[in-house]
Amino acid sequence: MMTEYGLRTIWMIFIAIGIGTYGLRLSFILILGRMGDPPPYLSGLLRFIPATVLAALIAPTLAVLSVDPGVGFEVDYAKVAACLVAVGIAWRTENVLATICGGLGVLWAVQAVV
Amino acid sequence: MAILPISLGVVPFGVIAGAAMVESGIPPHHAIAMTIVSFTGAAQLAAIDLIDQTAPVAVIVLTAVIINLRFMMYSASMAPYFRRFDALTKWLGAYVLTDEAYAISISRFRNGDLSIHSQKWFYFGAAIPFWATWHLSAALGVVLGTSVLSGVSLAFAVPLTFIALLIPDLNDRPTILAALVSGGTSILLGFFPFNLGLVTAVLIGIAAGSAFEQRSTTQSDRTAATDTGCETA
Repeated sequence: MMTEYGLRTIWMIFIAIGIGTYGLRLSFILILGRMGDPPPYLSGLLRFIPATVLAALIAPTLAVLSVDPGVGFEVDYAKVAACLVAVGIAWRTENVLATICGGLGVLWAVQAVV
Repeated sequence: MAILPISLGVVPFGVIAGAAMVESGIPPHHAIAMTIVSFTGAAQLAAIDLIDQTAPVAVIVLTAVIINLRFMMYSASMAPYFRRFDALTKWLGAYVLTDEAYAISISRFRNGDLSIHSQKWFYFGAAIPFWATWHLSAALGVVLGTSVLSGVSLAFAVPLTFIALLIPDLNDRPTILAALVSGGTSILLGFFPFNLGLVTAVLIGIAAGSAFEQRSTTQSDRTAATDTGCETA
């Protein structure tokens, strides 16, 4: 994959992400040093962010709903199988490398057979 | 040191992030500099994924910042301990704040057995080796580059890395529900322009998770809930 963006634009993206992320990290440390734990409603909402973002990044690689020329739904079954195995490995071992290798192994095996 | 096993666990993740950067056509030394400037794991991988799709710049930055909103929570949680640190420690400490450094430090700080001086060095003792490990593994990925990710199916290592990060986070039913709703919605909203389906799906997932949490805290003993375990999303 190659992006259509030039190096300048990519730099701007990463600088913006860097500033934004640093601002989030620094926010309460700098400003609200006197506060105790964050208000419960805030941490209650924020705690769902990692899981929801990751799920929303994973899911579209497995299935695509298209609406443009007509409604269509395509599922990549080889990747679904690979993901299920990866989920199992991640759940059992919590090991990043084992999860990646297991998932890729299943994907290659299924693609070789089909 | 408690940070060692966690740091080693991040190596494959860093290698993939570095490789994905050069795979997108970013020159190696720029890729490393960008990694240092942003110093953000999952958000960097998500950003490079969206850069590959030539998603609008605002959507890419917004997605990365949303992924990193959790740092605000860590910042708030660490603030009472950072209060008595000097300014340099605050500014430098904030830069190296990660999920891992936070998790290790906050549990130790809450024990209350460390002096302020020891707290400072405990924090940096965890955060800086983690920072170094991340950049060394990203640099390794940059050097190995296309040889790591070449071939269409090797790009699939990126969502697999996300799975490895997602599963340990699914500790209770509201989180599992939020992830399932977000994943399902992201497929249904994939046709949204400018990758806005992602952000929308995340917001709907968070709403679902917290609504479910509110319900289960009001009627706490009812344990009939959605099927756990199989996370197809």
